[in-house]
Amino acid sequence: MSPSTPQPPEVLLLRPLLPSFDAALSGKFRFVKTWESPLPLHDYLAQRAASIRVLLCSSLQPVPPDVIDRLPALKLIVGSSVGLDHIDLAACRRLGIAVTNAGSVFTDDTADYAVGLLIDVLRHISASDRYVRQGFWPLMGDYPFSSKLSGKRVGIVGLGSIGSAIAKRLEAFGCPILYHSRTMKQSVSYKYFANVCDLASESDILIISCALTDETFHIIDKKVMLALGKHGVIINVGRGPLIDEKELVKCLMQGEIGGAGLDVFENEPVVPEELFKMDNVVLSGHSAVLTPESFHDLLELITANLEAFFSNKPLASPVAL
Amino acid sequence: MESLGVLLTFPMNPYLEEELSRRCKVFRLWQSPPERRQEFIRSNAPAIRAIVGNAYVGADAATIDALPNLEIVASFSVGLDKVDLHKCRERGIRVTNTPDVLTEDVADLAIGLAIALLRRICQADRYVRSGEWDKKGDYRLTTRFSGKTIGIIGLGRIGMAVAKRAEGFGCPISYYSRSEKPNTNYKYYSNLIDLAANCNVLIVACPLTEETRHIVNREVLDALGSKGVLVNIGRGPHVDEPELVAALREGRLGGAALDVYENEPHVPEELFGMDNVVLVPHVGSGTNETRKEMADLVLGNLEAHVMNKPLLTPVV
Repeated sequence: MSPSTPQPPEVLLLRPLLPSFDAALSGKFRFVKTWESPLPLHDYLAQRAASIRVLLCSSLQPVPPDVIDRLPALKLIVGSSVGLDHIDLAACRRLGIAVTNAGSVFTDDTADYAVGLLIDVLRHISASDRYVRQGFWPLMGDYPFSSKLSGKRVGIVGLGSIGSAIAKRLEAFGCPILYHSRTMKQSVSYKYFANVCDLASESDILIISCALTDETFHIIDKKVMLALGKHGVIINVGRGPLIDEKELVKCLMQGEIGGAGLDVFENEPVVPEELFKMDNVVLSGHSAVLTPESFHDLLELITANLEAFFSNKPLASPVAL
Repeated sequence: MESLGVLLTFPMNPYLEEELSRRCKVFRLWQSPPERRQEFIRSNAPAIRAIVGNAYVGADAATIDALPNLEIVASFSVGLDKVDLHKCRERGIRVTNTPDVLTEDVADLAIGLAIALLRRICQADRYVRSGEWDKKGDYRLTTRFSGKTIGIIGLGRIGMAVAKRAEGFGCPISYYSRSEKPNTNYKYYSNLIDLAANCNVLIVACPLTEETRHIVNREVLDALGSKGVLVNIGRGPHVDEPELVAALREGRLGGAALDVYENEPHVPEELFGMDNVVLVPHVGSGTNETRKEMADLVLGNLEAHVMNKPLLTPVV
């Protein structure tokens, strides 16, 4: 590159990007790839720290707090997810580092997936697909009856962009919508519950779509599950640690709740093996947002955030810190 | 109703069977071996005034002919393709079905199948259960459902309920039916090939008749194409099944989610190994809630008939 051409701005990466993202972005930005250096991470960061103003997080792997501390010039962390539980937001607030998330690019896919998991759990789609593929239908006769969705009371935990999109979809199924969130939303007519247990006891179905924070860790505990009851169904498209997973497995084994559709788990990619044998659960490996449509929109949003930062314009999807 | 002799064709529902046994004299057709069923019907013919059938075994011409005292066929189904309606009309035999009560279930399942198919939920579930997520990493990219164009064949009660739900996902709705419906904004196609060529998800929701048998044929499947998917919650014979299997095998069709098949309970084994299909065993209305409502409707129709009151859901 000739000295007269300005160098693309530097962006720090702690892990490789998707190859398609790398290809699309590397013309516009110069990636500092920590894993390619033979030096230990801290030494490498110490060498480069003075010029690094932006960190791009492409995965849900935690950003070590000391990385942030070692980057005095850091002004922006660009996240690739909606939830930012892997980033120390308190430190960012303290140090004046802006943070962006995936905004609403995953809203439709996550809401679709929540409804898909729900219909699957109630109507036994995956379980009866197994039944057909194993050749049981002609041998063992009709598949047992399942449960109806239309008209069931749906309690949504966290009525943000994704929770609202789930509500809108399930309204079209004639489901009364109830919700819990930190504060009551003035813009909706759904019934509000300040307490998750109260929400669970008035719901047939609980859908978890809130952010994972210190306050929401294990927000779905044994008490909530018992309040939901034997025919109740839990769908989790938020984060694994929102549910006390050990208690969930116990409640399912003992018939204390009716079923579960889970896209997220406490120790991903490890899933409690007790669940593998159950026909009243649907399991999916954190796949709710894995569509080319989502990834296309995410790439555009990441580009928009980076370009806005380097041209001193307002960020496209900043989070309130 | 104690005097009413009812020929029950199939063990369709324990609650219905129990209630019928309590209230009427029940003749259980399936308890005779297939080769002796005609004889069973003939020997009990004088007592049989009603048939309760379902989507598998209804009332064909031979059965109706063998029952001179038959007054009513109360079907435990919405579709009546297993009932000889023409013969019933000729003989003045009343026919009832169970409309409306199963509409929501079938529409719910149609949307569930479409999402499961596009988002590969059954495959994701298999992937996790087999321990592959832990060993091989994330499952691959799938396809978004929201915003896809939905094409519906038959905009009756079930078709409308499917449309209403799909609208909640921001999906544009188009449809094909014999005539354009006056009260919708959905896009009408008078030609099924045009509908198939202009939608992403084609959903079969019409009744099975002479005209709609194999309505989804090779031409329709090819018009739907390798990016399109088929969802069948109607009846198996709506789709030319060997053509469907061939289209999937050759990659001319993107995928299929099926609740019904041409030769139930037999499903073409070639489908079992495919990743772009969802196969469920005719469970469209198979929920505890709906089956009880259907049973109550069959009982209500029989009761109304016996008491000379207007039938609840007459078709003939």
